[in-house]
Amino acid sequence: MKQQNLQLDEQGRLRHLLTIEGLKRQQIIDILDTAESFISVSDQQVRKVPLLRGKTIVNLFFEASTRTLTTFELAAKRLSADVLKVNVSTSSAVKGESLLDMLRNLEAMQCDMFVVRHSESGAAHLIAQHVAPHISVINAGDGRHAHPTQALLDMFTIRKHKKEFAPLTVAIVGDIMHSRVARSQIHALTTLGVSELRVIAPKTLIPRQVEKLGIHVYHDLDTGLRNADVVIMLRLQKERMQGALLPSEQEYFQTFGLTKEKLKLAKPDAIVMHPGPINRGVEIDSSVADGPQSVILEQVTNGIAVRMAVMSMVLGRPSVEEGNK
Amino acid sequence: MRISILNGRVIDPANGIDQKTDLHISAGKVQAIGKAPDGFKAEHVIDASNQVVCPGLIDLQARLREPGQENKSTIAIETRAAASAGITTLVCPPDTDPITDNSAVVDLILQRASEAGYARVLSLGALTQGLEGKQLAEMNELKKAGCIGVTNADQPVSNTEVMRRAMEYAASQDMTVFLHAEDPWLAKGGCAHEGAVSVRLGLPGIPEAAETIAVARDLQLIEQTGVRAHFCQLSSARAIKKIARAQFDGLPVSADVAIHQLYLTDMDIGYFNSQCHVRPPLREQRDKDGLRNGVAQGAITAICSDHQPHDADAKLAPFPSSEPGISGLETLLPLTLRLVDENVLDLNDAIACLTQKPASILGILEKGQGGSLSVGSVADVCIFDPELYWELQPGTMLSNGHNSPFIGWQLKGRATHTLLAGKIIFGNTN
Repeated sequence: MKQQNLQLDEQGRLRHLLTIEGLKRQQIIDILDTAESFISVSDQQVRKVPLLRGKTIVNLFFEASTRTLTTFELAAKRLSADVLKVNVSTSSAVKGESLLDMLRNLEAMQCDMFVVRHSESGAAHLIAQHVAPHISVINAGDGRHAHPTQALLDMFTIRKHKKEFAPLTVAIVGDIMHSRVARSQIHALTTLGVSELRVIAPKTLIPRQVEKLGIHVYHDLDTGLRNADVVIMLRLQKERMQGALLPSEQEYFQTFGLTKEKLKLAKPDAIVMHPGPINRGVEIDSSVADGPQSVILEQVTNGIAVRMAVMSMVLGRPSVEEGNK
Repeated sequence: MRISILNGRVIDPANGIDQKTDLHISAGKVQAIGKAPDGFKAEHVIDASNQVVCPGLIDLQARLREPGQENKSTIAIETRAAASAGITTLVCPPDTDPITDNSAVVDLILQRASEAGYARVLSLGALTQGLEGKQLAEMNELKKAGCIGVTNADQPVSNTEVMRRAMEYAASQDMTVFLHAEDPWLAKGGCAHEGAVSVRLGLPGIPEAAETIAVARDLQLIEQTGVRAHFCQLSSARAIKKIARAQFDGLPVSADVAIHQLYLTDMDIGYFNSQCHVRPPLREQRDKDGLRNGVAQGAITAICSDHQPHDADAKLAPFPSSEPGISGLETLLPLTLRLVDENVLDLNDAIACLTQKPASILGILEKGQGGSLSVGSVADVCIFDPELYWELQPGTMLSNGHNSPFIGWQLKGRATHTLLAGKIIFGNTN
């Protein structure tokens, strides 16, 4: 079906980045390798390369975000692109303009890429189906469905510390049910082929069907963390208490909160990750978040390089060397 | 006008007829099957060689968008589309705007339908006022205005006591209650079947239990109140099992299924194809198999289109906020015939699902108001070519709604003539 290859052009190159699902292992590796080459850019005196000079990138965020929005903006600017930020809450969407009408209007201003974050699953796909042929779409998070750049920067971070994916036991702790980050991470880790993938949460937060994907489900943090190499904590949203999914933050912290004691159950060199923003005292203890095994802040830095890589790849300018020609 | 339809394969399941023979009509009624009555001289002859002649099709659920959503379509436009698809009677639910909970709205609908003159429209009245599930609707007034049943459409009646009293009251008015079984708490916020597909796509799910719990509750109340009830457009195999069990135990319940549920599953959503956003949602393969089984075994006696014509914008939104529904009038007949090719039913039973059985559910069969070709009954007739291949394309659809996941499908079987009360509404006058 045509839709399946929406992300790829006829030559199999990345034209949009909408979801990790459907990407081959080598494509993910290529993105990580390209990101590697951009890490050094941020360390330079002049933190810019001219790869996307003259290109216009539109950040179309229908959902609030500081971290993702800022890193995408930084990434675009370091590639020398012009960045346009459309603040949807004050925009015509509130006046009743449809999503696609907004798109047409923005296209008329001749931009090259949309970075889209939306509260509904499938929004990025819908936009990708309706943009003009030369425009690329990057999904910065759609509903519960996917957040591919987050998963990629997480994989990049894991690779930096662990080198090989194959021998790893990775545990994702938290609200899998509502998490687009978890879904993308699960696709990435499965495609990259880790030894064991675990999800840990109360039953109300793990969809029943997850087990059929070959993932080990745990409802007990102690058992789930045993000998893990990587522990990924997910943020717990306050709405979950209202939705009769959890009794209280206190009980959640008691049962699934990552403390120094619990972390000892994992391997001694296990790394602790979190997509952010963190809820101290709810899913993670401050001592762990700020502790020696935490790579949370490094994830943010890596996010810039990974997003630079993705943007330049989909617009056909994948390497620094090429850009300097 | 006196019309003779000659040489067709006349299939009238209500009378057990399936043979190559002639049909003679005059004064809007069926006069004879086989030999013309003495002295009958046809003013118009239709040669139905190689075609099937059956009662006009009866569609148990079709939204005509009027009154209230004329931006999507009107009764005139949709009944015309129905006529071109061999459908002579349409049942429209009361979730119009204003709601069909008083005789004025019923009068409006019936008047518009008769002015347009393309098809018979039967209105279902509201079960509760405003469909709010709190106070009983004036069912007697609705019945006198012409409603052939009552329903709360897609709005839940969560208060069990209200549902019980509504059923009792309907029973005392000798009205059939049409039920849409969906537990509102479990279905809340959902837009797709809760299963592997919805989990993968991150779409809020509607668990199967939303349907089975509502069916179980309503079955208990039906048993308690003795009301005549019909379950509309069920979607899960488990629910059908419950219905079959209840029928076996002697409960007067019937059930129908929307034709698209017999062909599609949640896998067809693909990458957020909003044409597959329907309510109740497309479920899994085993549900599709269970529904087909239900049709074959008889727990489900009727098939409908669940027609919901939409404007283009309704589907051009992210899946969760796209509007559910398929424009289904024009695919009802060919897709039902395809079940015969796929060995789910034989041709007689398939036609019964679209004629005799829905007429019986509506209580119009015995009155000669549709669903059969009995002598003396109204001459609503569908003549179709069972071997005609065609492709569904938006450009040739007569409905205002082009929202269908069957666009591009190769279909077999198409109406060539439709008669309403003995008048040729659709078809080349050869």
